[in-house]
Amino acid sequence: MNSSPVISDAVVSPGDVSRDITSDVASDAAVRCREQSAVLRIGEDDGERLEAEASANDTTMIMNMGPQHPSTHGVLRLMLEMEGETVLRSKPVIGYLHTGMEKTAETLTYLQGPTNVTRMDYAAPLFGELAFSLATEALLGLDLPPRAIWIRMLMCELNRISSHLLFQATNGMDIGAVSMMIYGWREREETLRLLETITGLRMNHNYIRPGGVAADLPDGWRDEVLGLIDKLPARLEEFDALLTGQPIYRERLQGVGVINSAECLALGVTGPILRSTGYAWDLRRDMPYLAYEKLDFDVVVGTYGDCFDRYAIRLNEIRESIRIVAQILDQMPAGDYRVQDKKVTPPPRVRIDESMEALIHHFKIFTEGFKVPAGEVYAAVESPRGELGCYMVSDGSGVPYRMHIRGPSFVNLQTLPHLMRGGMIADAVAVISSVDPIMGEVDR
Amino acid sequence: MTLSLGHVVFGLDPLYLGGVGLDEVFITLLKVVVAFGLLLMSVMLMIWFERKLISDMQNRIGPSLAGPFGVFQTLADGIKLFFKEDLIPERSDRLVFKLAPYLSLVPAFLVFAVVPVGGDFNGGDGRVTIFGHDTFLQVADPPVGILFVLAMSSLAVYGVMLAGWSSGSKYPLLASVRASAQMVSYEAALGLSLVAVLLKSGSLSTNQIVSEQSVWNWNLWVTWLVPMVVFLIAATAELNRPPFDLVEAEQELVGGFHTEYSSLRFALFFLAEFMNTITMSAIIVTLFLGGPNGPDFTTVGWLSGVLWFFIKLMLFLFIFVWFRATLPRIRYDQLMDLGWKLLIPVSLGWLMLLACYDIAGDRGWNRAAVVVVTLVVMAGLAGLLVLALRAAKQKPKDAHDDTSYERKATWVT
Repeated sequence: MNSSPVISDAVVSPGDVSRDITSDVASDAAVRCREQSAVLRIGEDDGERLEAEASANDTTMIMNMGPQHPSTHGVLRLMLEMEGETVLRSKPVIGYLHTGMEKTAETLTYLQGPTNVTRMDYAAPLFGELAFSLATEALLGLDLPPRAIWIRMLMCELNRISSHLLFQATNGMDIGAVSMMIYGWREREETLRLLETITGLRMNHNYIRPGGVAADLPDGWRDEVLGLIDKLPARLEEFDALLTGQPIYRERLQGVGVINSAECLALGVTGPILRSTGYAWDLRRDMPYLAYEKLDFDVVVGTYGDCFDRYAIRLNEIRESIRIVAQILDQMPAGDYRVQDKKVTPPPRVRIDESMEALIHHFKIFTEGFKVPAGEVYAAVESPRGELGCYMVSDGSGVPYRMHIRGPSFVNLQTLPHLMRGGMIADAVAVISSVDPIMGEVDR
Repeated sequence: MTLSLGHVVFGLDPLYLGGVGLDEVFITLLKVVVAFGLLLMSVMLMIWFERKLISDMQNRIGPSLAGPFGVFQTLADGIKLFFKEDLIPERSDRLVFKLAPYLSLVPAFLVFAVVPVGGDFNGGDGRVTIFGHDTFLQVADPPVGILFVLAMSSLAVYGVMLAGWSSGSKYPLLASVRASAQMVSYEAALGLSLVAVLLKSGSLSTNQIVSEQSVWNWNLWVTWLVPMVVFLIAATAELNRPPFDLVEAEQELVGGFHTEYSSLRFALFFLAEFMNTITMSAIIVTLFLGGPNGPDFTTVGWLSGVLWFFIKLMLFLFIFVWFRATLPRIRYDQLMDLGWKLLIPVSLGWLMLLACYDIAGDRGWNRAAVVVVTLVVMAGLAGLLVLALRAAKQKPKDAHDDTSYERKATWVT
C-alpha cells in the first residue's frame, strides 16, 4: 500500500473539468471514468445545469446534504453525487458559520484573545484558550508557576472527557441509537457542571488566559472531581453494553469509512482519525507541552482505520483522561495559579482599594492590554479532534498582528470525500459523525 | 318479505337483501363506530405510552403538562398540527401528494376490522350476545380473514411510496425507493411465517384461528416459536419502526417520505403509523398468542377475553417501544440481506419442517426420523444458499474492469 494515489487525488486533474461535465451530461459514466477523484469538483452552476439537463441515461444525481440537515453537525454542507443510495463523489462546502474570528483577533488585546478563540471549537473550548495562551506566553517568554500548569492540564482533560462524551452522544444518534444521545448528554452535562463550578461557565469559559488561569480552583474542587471520575467508568461500561457489542452497531461502523496512515498524513489529518489507522501520534506524548511528560498515560490506537475504531478510540480516550485526572489530583502542586509578572498580571483586588497606581495599572491592563515583543510563534496542543495550533505574529503592540488557528476539524474535514466514496448514504452519516467536525472551528 | 328501513337504505347492497333486519345493521354500525373510536383513542394513548416509556428508559420526564401525566399531549399535538399551514411543494404531483396520506391511513383502519378483540373462547366459539343477537367481537369475519390483513398492509405501502415519489424532492424520493423495496421484501417473510400458522389452524378466518388456539394451545408453541420471531421482525420492518425505520430515517433522509408534509397531512401519516403499530401487534396476538384466549378470571363472560387481549397487546406494544429505545438503525443493504438471505429462507425451511412433521403424523410415519431427514435436507439447502451467497459476493473480475471509482481500487494499488 503506498500513498501515491492520495497524492494524485489531491492534485486537480488537468483540463477544464466543469466544461467536460456539462458537455457530457448524458454519459456520466464517462465523466466518472475520467474523474478519478473522490472529490466532486463542480460548482453550483454546474450542479444546477446537470439537474436541468438530466437525461434518461443519467444514473446519478447531485444531492445536497445540509447546511440544514440533522446529521451534518451544525452547518456543514455536502454536495453528493449519488447513484441510487451510493455516494460516488462528494464536496464539502463550508463557510456557513464564518464570522471572521481570526480577523477579530487582530483587534482584541492578548488578554481578550481567549474570549475569541474559546468560541471556535465550542465543544472543547479550553483547548483553544490553551493554544492561544501558550503562543502568547512563548512570545512573552513567561515561565508559569507549576500550579497554573497543572490546573490547565486538569481542565483540559476534563474538557476532553466532555468533548468525547459529546461525540458518543452524537455518534449514537447518527447511527439511530437515540437513547445513546441522552446518555452521552447526561454524562457530558455532569462534566460541564464540574467545569462550571470551576470556571463559572459551562462553555466558552475564558478560563485559561495568558499568564495562567483566571481563578484558582474553588474550595471542595477535589471532591467534585473525584465524584465525577468515580462515577464515569461505570457509565462507560454501560455505553459498552449498549453499543460496543451491539451487532447492528458493529455492522454499521466496521469497515465503513476506511482510511490508512499514509492517506491521513498526506491530508494532514490528526487526532483520533490518524490514531485509528494505527499511527500512534499524540502531541501530549510526542511533543509534550504543559507537564504531560510527568504523567503516565497510553495513546490509544486502532487497527483498521474505520468508523468503529474511531468510536472505540474516543471511548477509551475518555478512560485515559480519567486516568490522567486521577494522577493530576495526586500531584497538584500548591502555589500561585498565575504568573506574578506585573506586566501581564493585574494587581490583586485588595491593592486596588489601597493604591491609585494599582488602580491605574489594573485599568490599563484591561483596556490597552500589555505589549508583547515582536516575533512569531506556533504553539500546538492535542485537542480532542487532533492538533490544534495557534500561529501568532506580534509587531510589538498590544494586539496580535496576525493570529491563525490550525483547526483540526478543518483539516480532518478533507477526509470526508475519501471516507464516503462508495458507501451508502447511511454510511455517509456515520462517516461525518466519526470525523466529529465542529463547524465553529472549521469556519472560524 | 316485509320491507324494512334496512331494505330501503341498504337495498342497493345485495348482501342485505336476504332478510337482514335493521338490528343487524345497527349492531354492525355500532361495532364499526366502537372500533373506530377505540382505535383513535388507543392511538392517542399509544403515542403517550411510547413517549413516556422511552423517556423513562432515557432518564427523562417526557410529556407531563397536558392533562394528568401528560396524557393529553397527543391531543394537544393534534390540535397544533391541525392549525398549522398546509404546505404543498411547488414541484409535487398535487393529486398524488394529497391522496397519499389517506392511502396509508385507510388500510390501517381496515386491518383492525378482522381482529377479534374479545369473546368467550373457553368452550364457546367467541360469540357474545348483544341485544339478543349473537355476534363476534370483531367488526367483520370474512372467510379470507388473514389474507385481507396482508392485502391491506400491501396497500399501505403505496401510501408511503407515493408520498415520497410525489413530493418532488430528493430525500423523499430516496425514502420512496427504500419503502417499496423494504416493504415488498418483508411482505414475503411476513407471508411465509404466516403460512405456518395457517397450516396448523387450517383456516384463514381470524375467528377460526383464535378458536383453534383454545385456552393455552397457542400457535406460539404449536408452530415452535420460530414463525412468530420471523413474523415479529418482519412486522417491525413492515411498520417502519426502529431499527428498520429506514423510510423515515431522520438522521439520513430528514424524515424520509414525510419530509415535505406538514399540518394535517403529516398528522394523518403519524396517525397511520401508530395505528399500524397497534393493529400489527393485534395481528401478532391473534395469530400466535391466541388472541383473547386465556383462562376466565372474571364473572362476565366476554370481559376476560377483552382483558387477555389487552394484556397481550400491551406486551407487544412494549416490545416495539423497547426496540426503538435500544437498537441502532440498520443500513439499507443490511436490511435487504436480513430479509432475503435470512428471514425468507428460515421461514420457508420452517414451513417445510412443520409440513413434514404434520404429514408424518397423518401417515403414521416415524416422526423423529422424518424430522431428522427434513433437517438434513434443510442443512444441505442452507449450505447451498451460503455457497451461492459467497459466490455472489465475489465480484466478476473482467466484467468490472472499470471499478476505479470504487473505494478499494482507489486506495489499494
